[in-house]
Amino acid sequence: MTGGRNRLLAALGLVPGVSLATLLTLFILVPIAAVFLWAFAEAWRYPSLLPTRWGLRYWEVMLARADVWTALSTSIALSLTVTLLSAIICLPAAYAFARMEFPGRSALLLSFLATQAFPKFGLYIAIATIFFSFGLVGTFAGVVLIQLVNTLLLMIWIPVGAFQGVDRRLEEAARDVGASPLRTFFSITLPQAGPAIAAALLLTFVGTFYETEGAFLIGAPHVRTMPVLMISLINNQLVVQYGAVLSVMLWVPSFLALLFARKILSARTIAGGLGA
Amino acid sequence: MSKLVIDRLSKRFSGTVAVADVSVAVGDGELLCLLGPSGCGKSTVLRMVAGFENPSEGRVLIDGEDVVALPPERRPTGMVFQSHALWSHMTVAQNIAFGLRLRGLARAEVKARVGSVLELVGLAGYEARYPAQLSGGQQQRVAIARCVVLEPKILLMDEPFSALDAHLRVRLREEVRAIQQRLGLTTMFVTHDQDEALTLADRIVVMRSGAVEQVGTPGEIYAAPATRFVASFIGTMNLIETEASGGSAGLAGARVGGDLPDGPLTIAVRPEDIALGEPGWTGRIERVLDLGAFRMLDVALDGGPTVKVQAAKGVPLRAGETVPLRPLGLVAYGGDGRARRASIEFGNLTNVVSIHG
Repeated sequence: MTGGRNRLLAALGLVPGVSLATLLTLFILVPIAAVFLWAFAEAWRYPSLLPTRWGLRYWEVMLARADVWTALSTSIALSLTVTLLSAIICLPAAYAFARMEFPGRSALLLSFLATQAFPKFGLYIAIATIFFSFGLVGTFAGVVLIQLVNTLLLMIWIPVGAFQGVDRRLEEAARDVGASPLRTFFSITLPQAGPAIAAALLLTFVGTFYETEGAFLIGAPHVRTMPVLMISLINNQLVVQYGAVLSVMLWVPSFLALLFARKILSARTIAGGLGA
Repeated sequence: MSKLVIDRLSKRFSGTVAVADVSVAVGDGELLCLLGPSGCGKSTVLRMVAGFENPSEGRVLIDGEDVVALPPERRPTGMVFQSHALWSHMTVAQNIAFGLRLRGLARAEVKARVGSVLELVGLAGYEARYPAQLSGGQQQRVAIARCVVLEPKILLMDEPFSALDAHLRVRLREEVRAIQQRLGLTTMFVTHDQDEALTLADRIVVMRSGAVEQVGTPGEIYAAPATRFVASFIGTMNLIETEASGGSAGLAGARVGGDLPDGPLTIAVRPEDIALGEPGWTGRIERVLDLGAFRMLDVALDGGPTVKVQAAKGVPLRAGETVPLRPLGLVAYGGDGRARRASIEFGNLTNVVSIHG
């Protein structure tokens, strides 16, 4: 009897927590679900809970537009270029920050925060005036550069932490058996810091894919990414479905990237759980 | 045939001296232990031999060649780390094969050598495991295999067993000694564990504050500690403080004489070097500790300090008894901490015991 009552009390104790978690989940999921539903809705009138007419008409409209495809390929090319360039620039720098002592190290490391400390739009406008005099406004290279300003912090700070977390003796052991410093970095340090660096790369890719303000200011009028296109479409004629279809399209690459990351990360996480 | 010579090696880290003028030679196939408390500079010496630290002064000669200018990857040394330092993203076989591959060995040759070294360390069949799937002892065996497979001229071991539990430590110690002797590896071994040093080493270098206190075989170091520090660091030792004047000092009614400078004097006597029932001192047994193989007594000497005395387990002894006892060997240390020639006399007993020079 007492055991049964205790279990009941314990179950009742869970109620507030579970309710809160459910509410939070709904708070996140409902708008996403609404976007999905809108993308496949031809008509949705109040007070109906679900679209009153389903259909792919707006998909046909959007997919028939050449500028959507151009924007999608621009976005993917931009995200890949920025991710690759950030890796090439930031990973060696992060390694230096993590492993070497040099004058001004802390000050430099903190300075990367500065880009995040300013209101973004003001910073972009200042940069845009500089880019203008170099003829970078309206070019792919200009948009890549403005995105790098954004990704720098992420791609330095996360890998610095990851590299610092790699036991130095693992690197020494590699040197000891005959590996050069470069070989040690690629065979030992990088794989050891891998999961955190993969996460940083993923965040860089997704962040660049969705970034709007910088891409809009520097890219206009010749370079248009998906989010920029979405803004102009919605500004021109407020059709909810256009935004919804583009949102779902935008969501696909990042979802694929996330799946890919999960595949890499989960294997390592299991190894980590075993004490590696 | 490999010989390691460390010649006047020093290391300073921003003003503090970690290693001061250390010279020592390790003969072919010899296992030399660097023994000392933590922070005494023993690991720094090892790291300078491996190439992970640059000496401030001095030379490291391997078979006569100075290797100080060479980076770690070009030195013929192999190091086993305290933390195993296995690469968790590689399997056991990949860990061991890494160095072999760097040397450009053929795949079949790599596989054969990995197999035979795993057999050597008793881990045949573990090739495909990841380090996380192994116990601490197995991980350390893999670390040893990774080193030994490259046939280094000099094997360096930095407290390799200190992360393991006591039983495993003793077993692995014996295995390592067997492997080292079978392969005839010239080895430098760092430890703060005196038992490890005494059981493993051909010779021991006792270090303190970056400098060498004494070099000798385990027997020599145990029987005749050259300094007061070594006497206090190795084994159990009764250290009795007294004062010398005019070349002799009083000690619980006895007289210690010899080559003694005036001033503070420390007399060191091992518990097993005190014979119970022999005329000399008299003392009262304060405590009897049965340690299984023998018994350890605390005996308060008449007019003197309390000393530890080792007694055979069969002797009937009880706390409160008064017993005669006499030291069979002792060492005296002057104010400078250096050992002095000394002898002890008991009143009208003419026989002189002891000695160390």
